Amino acid sequence: MTQLQARGLVKSYGPTPALRGITVDIGEGEIVAVTAPSGCGKSTLLHCLAGILRPDAGEVSWRGHRLDTWSEAARSRLRRTEFGVLFQFGQLVAELTAAENVALPLLLAGTGRRAARTAALTWLDRLGVADCADVRPGEMSGGQQQRCATARALVTEPRVLFADEPTGALDTLAGEQVLTQLVRLAREQHTSVVLVTHEPRIAAYADREVVLRDGVIDHTGLGLDAPLAGGSR
Amino acid sequence: MSTPHLLLGLLATGTMHGYELKRAHDSRLPQARPLAFGQVYATLGRLQRDGLVASTGPERLAGPDRTAYTLTEQGRATLDQWLSSVEPPMPYVNSPLFTKVVVALLVADVDRARAYLVAQRRAHTERLRELTALKTAPSATVDDVVAADYAIAHLDADLRWLHTTLDRVADWHREVHS
Repeated sequence: MTQLQARGLVKSYGPTPALRGITVDIGEGEIVAVTAPSGCGKSTLLHCLAGILRPDAGEVSWRGHRLDTWSEAARSRLRRTEFGVLFQFGQLVAELTAAENVALPLLLAGTGRRAARTAALTWLDRLGVADCADVRPGEMSGGQQQRCATARALVTEPRVLFADEPTGALDTLAGEQVLTQLVRLAREQHTSVVLVTHEPRIAAYADREVVLRDGVIDHTGLGLDAPLAGGSR
Repeated sequence: MSTPHLLLGLLATGTMHGYELKRAHDSRLPQARPLAFGQVYATLGRLQRDGLVASTGPERLAGPDRTAYTLTEQGRATLDQWLSSVEPPMPYVNSPLFTKVVVALLVADVDRARAYLVAQRRAHTERLRELTALKTAPSATVDDVVAADYAIAHLDADLRWLHTTLDRVADWHREVHS
């Protein structure tokens, strides 16, 4: 089943257009890379799909229901229960330990403290950072922080994970370890992933690639289903 | 690739028959271009002629050629020297990709060059995805991962070059025909 569907998305920041009519579907359990040179609207597209930003025109549907017209409170609830978000810099809460950070989304969703901690420890273990459970972010390496952030993004077992340059701040090996685990766990629980990246080797982890250029989908880009050159659909 | 040095290295782990060398090669370098038996025997012949390996004589009991080979002192010295020497880092800028774009710009137009770059980029991307799947498979060994990493890094470098060249190809065409 199609999880997310965007139709004709347009979004501008003042006079600067970021998206100029984007149509894309994200299937259940599908891992889709969104690639583009810097400043070509890929983060804007991710934010619109995740219901963080409202498009100026066009529609975003979540399992057949339009979400761009929902209230901020309703979209926020959807993000807490069905979506996971992972950014370039893990954005862990500095004052909390890794386990507390990972438990946070569950606590916000009403899970009891003990159950939330148990789930957090399980996810830290799955990401290979069980040792960091009682450590604060400042005492962890970048790779460990990003694995904790991945655990936090997956702990609610979301239907869709939005990952915006999730390995951008890591060295090659650490980035690869984060991504390998992220992809493996997403596949195990049929979580769809929208993976924003500007690196071909990161996009290669996805099932499919959507290439943006100047706010539109570039049909001559890297997508395997794209026609050769100068084609249009 | 230096097949003679590779065979010397494999023989440094112990005496082997030609077919054992071939098997050892295939298991250590799983993603490499296949090494033909003929090439193994031809290389062993040259190494023996140069005194780098010695044969322990055919056992006439079984098989067409059961000669076993051993590394000589001289062979070990040659191997050590090779291991200690640094390979020249890309002494010539040579690549079929690069050459093809140059020729396309010479004999055709910028669209022809661009079409080639786009098609090559797609082929590279497909191979990148294949190798990424290979190295992330639960069954992947460290041999697989290291071999895939090498190819992925090179494909990635090529892809960066293909991207930037696509952006420069119009300027390049003007320069070639000015």
